[in-house]
Amino acid sequence: MTNYLDFEKPLAEIEGKAEELRAMARGNAEMNVEEEAKALDKKAADLLKELYNTLTPWRKCQVARHPDRPHCRDYINALFTEYTPLAGDRNFADDHAVMGGIGRFNDRPVVVIGHEKGHDTKTRIERNFGMARPEGYRKAVRLMELADRFGLPVITLVDTPGAYPGKGAEERGQSEAIARSTEKCLQIGVPLVSVIIGEGGSGGAVAFATADRLAMLEHSIYSVISPEGCASILWKDGAKMREAAEALRLTAQDLEKLGVVDHIIKEPLGGAQRDRTAAIAAVGEAVEKLLSKMDGQSGTDLIAARRKKYLDMGSRGLAA
Amino acid sequence: MNWITNYVRPRINSLFSRREVPENLWTKCDECGSMLFHRELSENLNVCTNCDHHMALTPRDRFTALFDNGVFSEVQVPVPVADPLHFRDQKKYPDRMRAAQRNTGEAEAMLVAEGEVGRTRIVAAAQDFSFMGGSMGMFVGNAIIAAAERAVERKLPLVLFSAAGGARMQEGILSLMQMPRATVAIQMLREAGLPYIVVLTHPTTGGVTASYAMLGDVQIAEPNALICFAGPRVIEQTIRETLPEGFQRSEYLLDHGMLDRVTHRKDMKDELVSILRMLTHQPPPVRGDLPAPEDEAAAIVPPKDAAETP
Repeated sequence: MTNYLDFEKPLAEIEGKAEELRAMARGNAEMNVEEEAKALDKKAADLLKELYNTLTPWRKCQVARHPDRPHCRDYINALFTEYTPLAGDRNFADDHAVMGGIGRFNDRPVVVIGHEKGHDTKTRIERNFGMARPEGYRKAVRLMELADRFGLPVITLVDTPGAYPGKGAEERGQSEAIARSTEKCLQIGVPLVSVIIGEGGSGGAVAFATADRLAMLEHSIYSVISPEGCASILWKDGAKMREAAEALRLTAQDLEKLGVVDHIIKEPLGGAQRDRTAAIAAVGEAVEKLLSKMDGQSGTDLIAARRKKYLDMGSRGLAA
Repeated sequence: MNWITNYVRPRINSLFSRREVPENLWTKCDECGSMLFHRELSENLNVCTNCDHHMALTPRDRFTALFDNGVFSEVQVPVPVADPLHFRDQKKYPDRMRAAQRNTGEAEAMLVAEGEVGRTRIVAAAQDFSFMGGSMGMFVGNAIIAAAERAVERKLPLVLFSAAGGARMQEGILSLMQMPRATVAIQMLREAGLPYIVVLTHPTTGGVTASYAMLGDVQIAEPNALICFAGPRVIEQTIRETLPEGFQRSEYLLDHGMLDRVTHRKDMKDELVSILRMLTHQPPPVRGDLPAPEDEAAAIVPPKDAAETP
């Protein structure tokens, strides 16, 4: 069953009707509805195209958070062989909001780290909706150090509403953990490719997305604050998230113009959630391309270039 | 009741009471509510004389008190692209900027300076909470990079006084990118073997805490400063329980191992001098060599709790 977003309601009606017709025809051999159903299919396909070609920033947020989108776990299962999860921060706990381990990506051994949101109520709670605690970032630091020591490239998959705002997380140094993870991203002498596959929520995302090459899926977002949070602070009204999403320039397309994102990965029509296999394959291809460009570069060169990239960032704004 | 009391006296009174009385002679302490005379308060470095509450101190006032004889030279900060996103909420971002510049008399939310503190040359950077909540945008990032570059160039330690509500939303993703940018600046100091000391002041929150403000070689906080990633209100809304007393305040962080020290503002200068001179293998400061302090009693007595606090 497809989960429809609010703006997809007209689409849901048409697709529902086509489905209904076909169901009726199955029960009655004399009825021939195929022609009619095909017309509806075409109508639905046109509408889908129109909707997704003109997604507003707020609608992109909704798509980026779509529950059926492939998540970190799906990418790891499909793109990596011999994936061996490595757990724990060696201090306090293992954070299930952050997946990480070693595996082979197109035969190349790599370290992969990512936020996992979960796919049903049980796993969402277990994964804390992809909101990492300090342990998650400290696990990531540990894995990046491992990668650095053994010369394995690092791939990070970013999909988080933000770092977890909780009592224990604060007491155990959420901010310090994020700062150290960002710092580690800038210190490792191995290639680091990051892909924002859904939500890139603020500091919780930066901690993984500070990379040599940052790619974003076409309908993913990356922002300093959620549109809802921004609306409640600047508009004093949480319901003004549409305006806030517009103003924040959080879409992959705007971020590319600002020079923050290096590459946009095209999603299947109707978003990654409509064709998960194709979306996952597209990410795999993009990562391979970005990684192979850094083959043979020395650690010191990589670090120097990565630092320069960030020092130079923001020298241009959006065109007027 | 006659003509004199009803008409003449009010007229005379109004003439006299119109005498210009400066409005802000008295400041009310947010913590204990005492009324504090402005001169007394500024002489006490904006610390309440009654309850020791540390009020905000602008970077310029802080530097005047910190540097020997109040002498320092400003380090120029490259000015970034103005309003890179063409951001508009209920007001336009450039209008908000102009209002902040008018109210504070400063160009932006961070001031960088070089000078001597207890005859020890340092670079200092201070964030201005009164300028749009001290928020970290492109300029603050540039300021930290400029401060680090100056420190590396002249082989000086960097002391950073943080105070910020977090990232500057009006610069969107570019404000978030100051987290890695500032981190690169700190790494330049590390590689040059130069000390980087962070003094966290009230409040230091959000993306600022989650980057340069938590990466110091030594982490010192002023008493009772709010220091956190997520604010207490956000946490209460998320976990729906009331938070313990003193949660996310300096002393609480010290107890939880997140800080090296909590130090009173009046002892901060001596402590910084002492730490910096040890870290850079300089001989201990000679008190007689220090410039004549205004308040002799305060300067001669070494910080009371220097030895016993953890």
